[in-house]
Amino acid sequence: MKKEDSGLVEVEEGVRVIPGANTVITSVDKIVNWGRASSLWPMTFGLACCAIEMMAAGAAHLDLDRFGIIFRASPRQSDCMIVAGTVTMKMAPVVRKVYDQMPEPRYVIAMGSCACSGGIFKTYSTVQGVDTFLPVDVYIPGCPPRPEALIDGLLKLQKLIRKEEFTWSRWA
Amino acid sequence: MEQVGITGPDTRKELTLNMGPQHPATHGVLRLTLDLDGEMVTRCTPHVGYLHRGIEKLAENRTYQGVMPLTDRLDYVASVANNVGYCLAVERLFGIEAPDRAQYLRTIVFEMSRISSHLLWLATHALDIGAMTVFLYCFREREWLLDIFETICGARLTVSYPRIGGVLQDMEPAVLESLDAFTRMFPEKILEYETLIDKNRIWLQRTQGVGVISAKNALRWGLTGPALRGSGVSYDLRRDDPYDAYDRVQFEVPLGKKGDVYDRYRCRMEELRQSNRIIQQCIAALPDGDILAPDAPELDMPLSGKKELVPEMSLGNASIAFGDVVPVAPKGEIYSAVEAPKGELGFYLMSDGTGNPCRMRVRSPSYVHAGALAKMCEGGFIADVIAVIGSIDIVMGECDR
Repeated sequence: MKKEDSGLVEVEEGVRVIPGANTVITSVDKIVNWGRASSLWPMTFGLACCAIEMMAAGAAHLDLDRFGIIFRASPRQSDCMIVAGTVTMKMAPVVRKVYDQMPEPRYVIAMGSCACSGGIFKTYSTVQGVDTFLPVDVYIPGCPPRPEALIDGLLKLQKLIRKEEFTWSRWA
Repeated sequence: MEQVGITGPDTRKELTLNMGPQHPATHGVLRLTLDLDGEMVTRCTPHVGYLHRGIEKLAENRTYQGVMPLTDRLDYVASVANNVGYCLAVERLFGIEAPDRAQYLRTIVFEMSRISSHLLWLATHALDIGAMTVFLYCFREREWLLDIFETICGARLTVSYPRIGGVLQDMEPAVLESLDAFTRMFPEKILEYETLIDKNRIWLQRTQGVGVISAKNALRWGLTGPALRGSGVSYDLRRDDPYDAYDRVQFEVPLGKKGDVYDRYRCRMEELRQSNRIIQQCIAALPDGDILAPDAPELDMPLSGKKELVPEMSLGNASIAFGDVVPVAPKGEIYSAVEAPKGELGFYLMSDGTGNPCRMRVRSPSYVHAGALAKMCEGGFIADVIAVIGSIDIVMGECDR
């Protein structure tokens, strides 16, 4: 905390308060990103093995709810897609369709080796990484990654969102 | 039926509804197309193949030991069951026998995987039907087992702990103690799950009399595991064709009567108790000795330098010699099955003398069960489809391979 000459107090980088006035002065970016990052609703899209670890991350031990992360069953209600598992050629159009149904801004986490690069399944039927048809924001390696790794990935995504600029307006 | 435009009256009575592959209650990527008359399902068509990863084809280009990580990813909820099933097929094909201690250790991990699989089944099945708390309770105990898996081999889910002719590493006494503590605590926890749902009126209404399979139909459709035993057919490979240490432990095979979703649920709950009992007996009777058969194939370690050929017809050559250099394995083919948590998991292996399987075919219970889904859902309500899918416990990784 730092008191400035103007009388404002900087409580965090770019966030100032007027002492005694119950007023916060900051940029819209800050507020919007704070809101987005702290209530990241991913869609439950379990494809394969990694989905089990994704469920474990959401269950009693590691409890994703404490980060404001609540799984939603519908793409229309979610901001983030965790591609957990192997995407096959047959599944890829479905994944893309679900991604297209999500409202913007939307983020993609590729969870597990299969989603990152195809993993051990270098075969005729497996897509070699979801980044071939989706814009991936965070890659989480591992086969399957531990739930802690998923949490780390989600926290990294939150950091990424906090750094965004002018994503709240189409005119800016 | 007469085709009418959007302005004309719609004379169709049936509605076709697409369910999945993105649906939280289809346990992965199962897709069903349902023909509906009101809320009644008149026809149900399962579509599989959304997770076809070509595991059988991949296996043909790997050494026998190298196939092991692939089998992990068949039924990823109970990966040890696949590992052991595959190991047994190879061992039976080449006449390798695992030492006593390894057999007991494999039985322990097999039953641990059965418990963790059934816990996951109960968690998701209850979640689908609408009971959230059970999910949290089941995962609490499941984490304990996964921690034990992690201690013995470093992986939580895809363990690859069994090896052809034994197991990877010995279990430390501390691990066995932790497991023993688990088995003493677990029966209470099963009671806890049962108090949550067993007398719950919603649970009973959603499960009793729903998705009934008669014993005759269950046999006709090739169902195995709890789906078959729920209909009252006593068939359990652990008892009828014992492998590893199952002929040296006491356990009962729980049976249902009516063959509805509720009976299958009861069967699995009893199996949890029996599995717990088996683990207790195995820990008590665990013999000392080797954990790996002398003729088990060596693992090719990259740092161990260039390897030398060992005598002919030994799988140890498989990682350095392919085919015509030196015959590494006898020719032959075998079908060998184990009682996986989902049902009979069979491996059909064909050896042509080279170090990698000529053909590996997996008889997965999930695939057979997904086929039976069509008949089970007919005549029921849409909401019952969810309960039925949950009750036959399918995993798509194993179904589509």
